[in-house]
Amino acid sequence: MNHVTGLINLHEDNDLIKEVTKIRPIATIPFAGRYRIIDFILSSMVNSGIVSVGIILPNKSASVLDHLRSGKDWDLARRHEGLYYMTPLDTNSRTHPSELRTLYQNLDAMHRNVYDYVLLSGSRSVFNMDFNNALRFHQNTKADITMLYYKNLQKKFSPCTVLQTQETGLVTDIANQPVADDNASVFMDIYLMSQKIFMDIVKYTYERGGSDFLLDGIMRTQKKYNIYGYCHNGYVSIVNSTLNYYHTSMDLLDPQIWHELFLNKFPIYTRIKDDVPARYKADAHVSNSLISNGCVLKGQVENSILFRNVKVDAGARIRNSIIMQGCRIKENAFIENVICDKNVMVDVKKVLKGADDYPFIIEKNTVI
Amino acid sequence: MKRVECLAMILAGGQGSRLGELTKKIAKPAVPFGGKYRIIDFPLSNCSNSGIETVGVLTQYKPLELHTYLGTGEAWNLDRKNGGVYILPPYTREKGADWYKGTADAIYQNINFIETCDPQYVLVLSGDHIYTMDYSWMLEEHKMNKADATIGVIKVPLKEATRFGIMSTDKTGRITAFEEKPKKPQSNLASMGIYIFSWKILKEYLEKDSADNLSEHDFGKNIIPKMLADNARLFSYAFDGYWKDVGTIESLWQANMDLLKEKPSLDLGGTWRIYSANPSLPPHFVAPGAKIKNSLISGGAFVEGNVENSVIFPGVHVGKGTKIINSIIMPFSSIGENSVVEKAIIAQNCEITDNCHICSEDGSIVVIAEGKLVMAPDEENKQVG
Repeated sequence: MNHVTGLINLHEDNDLIKEVTKIRPIATIPFAGRYRIIDFILSSMVNSGIVSVGIILPNKSASVLDHLRSGKDWDLARRHEGLYYMTPLDTNSRTHPSELRTLYQNLDAMHRNVYDYVLLSGSRSVFNMDFNNALRFHQNTKADITMLYYKNLQKKFSPCTVLQTQETGLVTDIANQPVADDNASVFMDIYLMSQKIFMDIVKYTYERGGSDFLLDGIMRTQKKYNIYGYCHNGYVSIVNSTLNYYHTSMDLLDPQIWHELFLNKFPIYTRIKDDVPARYKADAHVSNSLISNGCVLKGQVENSILFRNVKVDAGARIRNSIIMQGCRIKENAFIENVICDKNVMVDVKKVLKGADDYPFIIEKNTVI
Repeated sequence: MKRVECLAMILAGGQGSRLGELTKKIAKPAVPFGGKYRIIDFPLSNCSNSGIETVGVLTQYKPLELHTYLGTGEAWNLDRKNGGVYILPPYTREKGADWYKGTADAIYQNINFIETCDPQYVLVLSGDHIYTMDYSWMLEEHKMNKADATIGVIKVPLKEATRFGIMSTDKTGRITAFEEKPKKPQSNLASMGIYIFSWKILKEYLEKDSADNLSEHDFGKNIIPKMLADNARLFSYAFDGYWKDVGTIESLWQANMDLLKEKPSLDLGGTWRIYSANPSLPPHFVAPGAKIKNSLISGGAFVEGNVENSVIFPGVHVGKGTKIINSIIMPFSSIGENSVVEKAIIAQNCEITDNCHICSEDGSIVVIAEGKLVMAPDEENKQVG
């Protein structure tokens, strides 16, 4: 796949997941104990053999740069190609900052590197897939654009893009909906197309006032192109709301999903931190949980995900919660249905409880 | 090349025959330790954290896995433009070839390499000790003493002193006597196998030593006694942290168990980070019904059974109803259901099937060699029948 360039768009709507995106885009929300959400798409690209990946940076990009750096941890620090960043160039422009503006401003750079295909993706989907099959599908159907989707198994209440396809895969309708029905074909936010078509769409749409690739670029020009849908069979979750983040995290406690995402032949890469293995002390009691390196456990943990370097003191109890990197839960504190962002300290005997279907969120660096 | 002030040379060629089954396929420094590390991570991380960025690693015995593991040295932050990790196996010359005949000979055969680095000091380390130490302080003392050689020493119990190189010092720390593995030790100051030499002087001694046919070409047996006899300036550098030679099954097991103490004397979680080549694995999974007590568990492990006082490496699977007690399970080994593993070291990629009972009757440590398949006796009979 070295004739494909990956592009990851980090301009994403965070209206429904504001609490953990004050300081970062959705792409760098910590996830699954040691990862950031962007690791899934990035690792899938690398594992599929893509060696050139562009990151379309959003406004809050400090955490993105801190996480990805040279791309070394994804094997993308290369002499030629590798990881590259697309930043907005002209801030005095009359148009609003958007992915299309950044892409348009960086078209020159794309002209210099000639690829056959562009794989354009969002950064908030959790999955582990090989894009080679999608590419073969794209070539066989002679599609102009291939949109990747998955079959939604349960009714999910979070905004999504739903595709209608014919048996051949030809897309007949694209709709933005607030609810994905049972068995709907939900768009994974991943497109495959030739570099030429990609550049044409960016140019044509931006010059006519467009800002969103899907709404202005694809939906408005739908008739012009031959669009096919490729169905990915496997676990997919799009993290676009807080509740969805919580449920997707809890999905990982299903060993099958944990295996599929992390222990199939393609690993998920992330920035390496060199922490010690988790240390369980004599009174630790852990069940049905994911525990990361660097944790020190003296209390009780149940149905929860603990990120790196979380300390659970004696007598503390954690249930159905997500505790991010560097948190400390002190003696006899009790936590249930809670998402603790990084470096939260919960003091002795404090009780924090969220509802089953509405987790309580504690912002980064809070001391309670 | 830019001049290097202090060059580190890690002796990593030993077979480690006392580790038996564990070193059948790999060299001793590549043996896994502490839940995610390998033994050589310790000297390499110590070098990196001490600001020593040029490190030669001398390899000889079964080096493939060790070489692969070292790679570019990136894991230890030693992929430097100037310096970095140099892998130095023995090589052939115009007139034949030589294996490394001893620790001193290994350094002697690499004089060419050392000269290209043009160091003032050479730090000689072993690839089989577990400890964390800031070598830069030792180097400061070496310079302050205007020493020809400085030897890292640690106090050991007198009854164990017969296993080490033992030295006596005067008030200033200058070494007055040195004896390798003495029968009647005069002191309890043991050599840790850590030496700093002023290069010019060491070079002279190495050249003389190589010409001496009776010499065993060993630092402890030949070079140090020779320097002492010549009244060279030899100083000791006292170290009082955790230090363990993990050259035997017993000591390797013990050093792993030491990490499980309430307050381990070797703090791997502190600021002195031990680096290692990390596999890309998720956090470990603790299934409902699992019980883990007083243990170290690493990423990618899947625990359904009971684990007590044990060290579990990445990718290990512990099945339902299985009990792991006082044991070390190395990377990617899997243990089936309803088995018992007690006081054992299970090497990498082993498979222990259901209903196995692995423990010794006399309380000694059981070792299962790399890649072995172990089945319960009745299962085996079935297969034979």
